[in-house]
Amino acid sequence: MSSFFRRNKLAALGLLIIAFLTFVALLAPWIVPYDPSVQNLPTRLEGPSWDHPFGNDELGRDILSRVLLGTRVSMRVGAMVVLLSGIMGVLLGGFAGYAGGKADTFVTVIVINSLMAFPGILLAIALVAFLGPGIDRLIFALSVIGLAGYARLARGQVLKVKTMEFVEAARALGASGPRVFFLHVLPSIIQPILVQASIGMAAAILMEASLSFLGLGIAPPTPSWGAMLNDGRSHLFDAPHMVVFPSVALVLTVLSFNFLGDAFRDWLDPKSLKS
Amino acid sequence: MAAFLVRRLLLTLPVVWIVVTLVFALIHLVPGDPIAQMLGEGAPAPEIQRLRHELGLDQPLLAQYKTYVAGLVKGDLGVSFRNQQSVSKAIAERFPATIELTIAAIVVSLIFAVPAGVVAAVRRGRLADKAIGVFSLFGVSMPNFAIGPLLILLFSIALGLLPVSGRGGISHLLLPAGTMALGLAAITTRMVRSSMLEELQQDYMRTARAKGLPERTALFKHALRNGLLPVVTILGLQAGALLAGAIITETIFAWPGLGRLTVQAINARDYPLLQGCILTISLTYIAINLLTDVVYSVIDPRIRYE
Repeated sequence: MSSFFRRNKLAALGLLIIAFLTFVALLAPWIVPYDPSVQNLPTRLEGPSWDHPFGNDELGRDILSRVLLGTRVSMRVGAMVVLLSGIMGVLLGGFAGYAGGKADTFVTVIVINSLMAFPGILLAIALVAFLGPGIDRLIFALSVIGLAGYARLARGQVLKVKTMEFVEAARALGASGPRVFFLHVLPSIIQPILVQASIGMAAAILMEASLSFLGLGIAPPTPSWGAMLNDGRSHLFDAPHMVVFPSVALVLTVLSFNFLGDAFRDWLDPKSLKS
Repeated sequence: MAAFLVRRLLLTLPVVWIVVTLVFALIHLVPGDPIAQMLGEGAPAPEIQRLRHELGLDQPLLAQYKTYVAGLVKGDLGVSFRNQQSVSKAIAERFPATIELTIAAIVVSLIFAVPAGVVAAVRRGRLADKAIGVFSLFGVSMPNFAIGPLLILLFSIALGLLPVSGRGGISHLLLPAGTMALGLAAITTRMVRSSMLEELQQDYMRTARAKGLPERTALFKHALRNGLLPVVTILGLQAGALLAGAIITETIFAWPGLGRLTVQAINARDYPLLQGCILTISLTYIAINLLTDVVYSVIDPRIRYE
């Protein structure tokens, strides 16, 4: 693994930033310099200074503190969505591929095709707009949308793996269907799933920010990078720092997961590596 | 070709049915009473009853579904409950602006992506290739709502070159189209690069070089023509996704299109209008995917026999 990161400098950089972001996300409530929801109107829209390195927003709240706490929100939503959609998608797609027949047709036609008939962001907007705001509903909506990708990937991988000799050997030795599925088939498809998870984390963070930008995601006063960008939009002329810092935080985070996912994908796909 | 078209159309019908059904079901996902949500807290009971009856929500579910589908067949998407305007009419008024923006974004992205992809492939492994690779990753990692304000800061506020918002001539189109184009340009660049890498190793390229064709001619007249074929698929798929992405871009630039109408419907909790917008975008997405397949089958006939 260490040689992988030595060869892929961008992946190493991505991992380093992710480690830092995880650290910030875990400790955010204790390391923020100011209370991110405390308003201080006399200092509203003030630019970066020694006291407030990222400046203040339209209510005089410290932007650095809000960006730091926003990391926690983004990472939480991203991790939960990847976990939920990954588990649901892999089990569903894996089961469909393994069982075949009508179960496979049902999962492919009803679940995967239905979810993929919509552009992802549109379905997210539709679900959250009708379900109503709230972090739990947001995580639910993004997980439902994300599971189609995992299900399709897992189904394809299982179809490939289930005819391999080691699976036949396990069956010949008398292992039960679920045992073969969970102990032999699933572990052998985990690598492409991890690549998907890394890219999925980036996508989930982006979607959360997009929905919060539209006022459909995290409810105020909880800080979210997307919502902060929306607030900053009306102050582009007088307080551009309101847009710049949340943008940088968001892009850096998404980029880190994409760096990592991209390097893993190249590593696992010899064709891509060759090209 | 006719058989392929019929088969492809038949495969599209169930997807259309699923989309229509899911969009119909959306209003029933609203926690509690959707009518109370639309009218807000404290709305008088007779008013709630009146709107429920008007929207047909007091009918049995199956009857509601039949009415909804029958209306759709006639192009009737219902009535906006905020301004009593026909939803179909409101969408028809806004749709051209979104199409204009989407086409402009595709054109802008191609202007950057094709040369960048070709350069990356020809200079494989060198600095230019690596730089273009990093740019592509930046492109896919930067959301519209981060790029848009940054472009406004640079081109409208700092340089004073382009208008901040609204729809007008080309100058109004450049910033929103550029915002939408960046992500697409990044994806297309990667596609052109990998497709060109494959073409550059083909036998016909060796033949072209062996018969003394200049490298430039071999590259642009032979490799690029074939290399752009798979790009059509990516562009088709992405054009549909761009329509959905327009929701955010149009909000940033106050572009009077379908995306902005969607956000207005969300903010006003105008569920009939919102359903109409979501359905229109989804059906356009499906239609573009279908069109992409057909175009691809025309330029690469092998696809028809698969």
